[in-house]
Amino acid sequence: MTSQAGRTLRQLILGTAVAWATGAAFAQEITVQAIDADIRYITEKFMREHSGTKVNFRLVSFQSILESLPVQLASGQGPDISMVADWGGLAKYYLNLRPYVDAKYFEREFASLLRPMRGDQPNGDAINGMSGSMTMNGAFVNRTLFRQAGVPLPPAGATWDEWADAARRVAKATHTEMAMEMDRSGHRFASLAISYGAKLVDNQGRPVVDEGLKLAMKKFVEWHRDGTMPMDLWGAVGGATHRDNFQDFMNGKVVFYFGGSWSLYKMDSEVGDLFDWGVVDAPCGTSSCTLMPGGGAMVAFKHTRQPALCAQFLAFLAREDNMRETMARHPNIPAAATLLRTGVEYPGASEHLREALASFARQADKIAPTAYDFQGWRYQRAAMNALTTRISQVLTRELDIETAARFVKKDVELAIQAAGK
Amino acid sequence: MIRNGAQWIGTAAALPARALEPLMAWLQKVLGMSRLPWIFLLPNLLIIALFSLLPVLMNVVYSVTGSDNLYPSERPFVGLSNYATLLECENYLQPSTCSRDLFWRAVGNALVFVPAQVVVMIGVALITALALNRNIRARGFFRGIFFFPVMLSPVVVAMTWVWLLQRDGALNGILGAIGFDRVSWLTDPGRAFKWSIFVTVWAHMGFYMVILLAGLQSIPADIYEAAKMDRASPWRVFTRITLPLLKPVLLVVFILGVIRSVQTFDEIYVLTGGGPGTATKMIVHYIYETGFAVMPRNYGLAAAASLMLGLVLFLFTGLQMKLSKGGRDA
Repeated sequence: MTSQAGRTLRQLILGTAVAWATGAAFAQEITVQAIDADIRYITEKFMREHSGTKVNFRLVSFQSILESLPVQLASGQGPDISMVADWGGLAKYYLNLRPYVDAKYFEREFASLLRPMRGDQPNGDAINGMSGSMTMNGAFVNRTLFRQAGVPLPPAGATWDEWADAARRVAKATHTEMAMEMDRSGHRFASLAISYGAKLVDNQGRPVVDEGLKLAMKKFVEWHRDGTMPMDLWGAVGGATHRDNFQDFMNGKVVFYFGGSWSLYKMDSEVGDLFDWGVVDAPCGTSSCTLMPGGGAMVAFKHTRQPALCAQFLAFLAREDNMRETMARHPNIPAAATLLRTGVEYPGASEHLREALASFARQADKIAPTAYDFQGWRYQRAAMNALTTRISQVLTRELDIETAARFVKKDVELAIQAAGK
Repeated sequence: MIRNGAQWIGTAAALPARALEPLMAWLQKVLGMSRLPWIFLLPNLLIIALFSLLPVLMNVVYSVTGSDNLYPSERPFVGLSNYATLLECENYLQPSTCSRDLFWRAVGNALVFVPAQVVVMIGVALITALALNRNIRARGFFRGIFFFPVMLSPVVVAMTWVWLLQRDGALNGILGAIGFDRVSWLTDPGRAFKWSIFVTVWAHMGFYMVILLAGLQSIPADIYEAAKMDRASPWRVFTRITLPLLKPVLLVVFILGVIRSVQTFDEIYVLTGGGPGTATKMIVHYIYETGFAVMPRNYGLAAAASLMLGLVLFLFTGLQMKLSKGGRDA
């Protein structure tokens, strides 16, 4: 063997050994996926503080979380940890973190989230995940238009009817195209329905159609019939299609828009101070003044080969300093009890954004338990799809409210039956 | 030099064939000449089996099993209950009395949409083909223009029309500029249905136009010259020469159009989402929502609905084969 060939062989052996050793060093390796890049910073920090571990971060779309993840999980594949939007629907795949984490800390910080994340066993003691922040439905109002119309802004505790009346008067006085709009989403409608006393789901996980739901549907249909709301959202598309027209609010074409808290950033960056806008307290129904909670919870899955590391990562994510750091990087509504109690600094956020986030944070404490029950219900998506489909049919006069309400129940019962429950 | 290069490539290409000669000779000896073609067909048969037959078979398995589990082994056998659920109805003319009312609304919509869309599409495609078969100026350019939508993604087509037809879209902008009120093109069920027909015709007409154009160009010119000498009117030439000789091609276009129309999904899904209400919901849209968009996913019901749709399309394909054979015999 020549000296050149010998050197090459030695290099090859050395290279292989290094590669093997590197692989061994990262024997503890997990994959985390989320829809925002903020988690990436936490994964990097985690790896710095926990040498010998490797956390692969995957940035995915919200659509992927909703549509691809369930299929991956059903086939025993997918990441070790993921953000999930369907809290209860995927509960059967979640890893119970209780044996690995400080259970008391999780129970104290995420008390309201743990129950809806337990799916079919809401009264169990599983700790299925965490979320330092949350999203919420919310009412955005154009204060400039209110001022121009000389109409006082309805105070906290005002009903949906009072808001509809005020928005109509403002739209008329200012020649604004629309008084009110609401995203075409069963989640948004659920805020209205629960405010009017709709239970939506009973303790056995069965759908409930009651007078509260029918009253909310009646009011909602009336607002479309009398022109308070345009047909372009709920009346223009069918089925489970989600649609929002938030650009109407951004362009000053609507007085009152009921959408989601995530639109705050768009408002802040694209509208800023061009007109005076804000998020108001939840409009009230006959039962409560509630908004629907939502957003992405971080969970680990049973199929992981590194359950302890997954739990360690989620506990790291749930650490107060890390939650604050994430929140500072990307202003959001806090969900953890300590953050809600002590408040969160949003360095660099505009006054409008801070005020709107504070308004949302105030509402977090007032969320009706029914809203959390609905959010964690395994068949919530089936119910939301049924609501959008059937309400749209009422708007186009294919069904009356009684039949539509009956069909909502039937649709969800058939979904439960089809799932083999 | 170039010639030498070409010869070299030809020789190199023939090498594998020559190398296979002993194997072929052996196969011919073992299998005989009658069975040897199956060896050549085997790769294609495997591909068809894997990508066409196996999915159909799996669809059958899903349609007779239940639950929201994905793996067939984890799905309990439910017999024909998915089919029974779909067909369960007190009065088919009143979808609200059906167990799966949305399916029957989709069937009802398809029964109106398919004939209307196919008739309009063939009519427009035929008129366009006749016009572009004449010796007009910039004929190639116009052929390209009419064929252009066929090359676009259905989603792009639908999004374009959404931008044109929405409340603040271009069409309402033009109407507003000339003093008319804005029109709700997509929020009125009747208008949305008509626009769905228009958009799908616009998107696919070019394809059928090209087939008809090819058919028109295959008609011998001397027949037209003879008719001209006999002073036959253009209408008479069209009804007595063009239409009869175009019949086989028209049959193919008709059957292809019907199959495509029954399968309509993407354009309408983006344009109206099946709405307003269920005004433009089609069968494939129902299958998609049932199997993929709504949680929990009802794969069994979606599979049963798609097999029923497949059966209808199979019948149309059979009809096409019979008619096209009839056309050739004629």
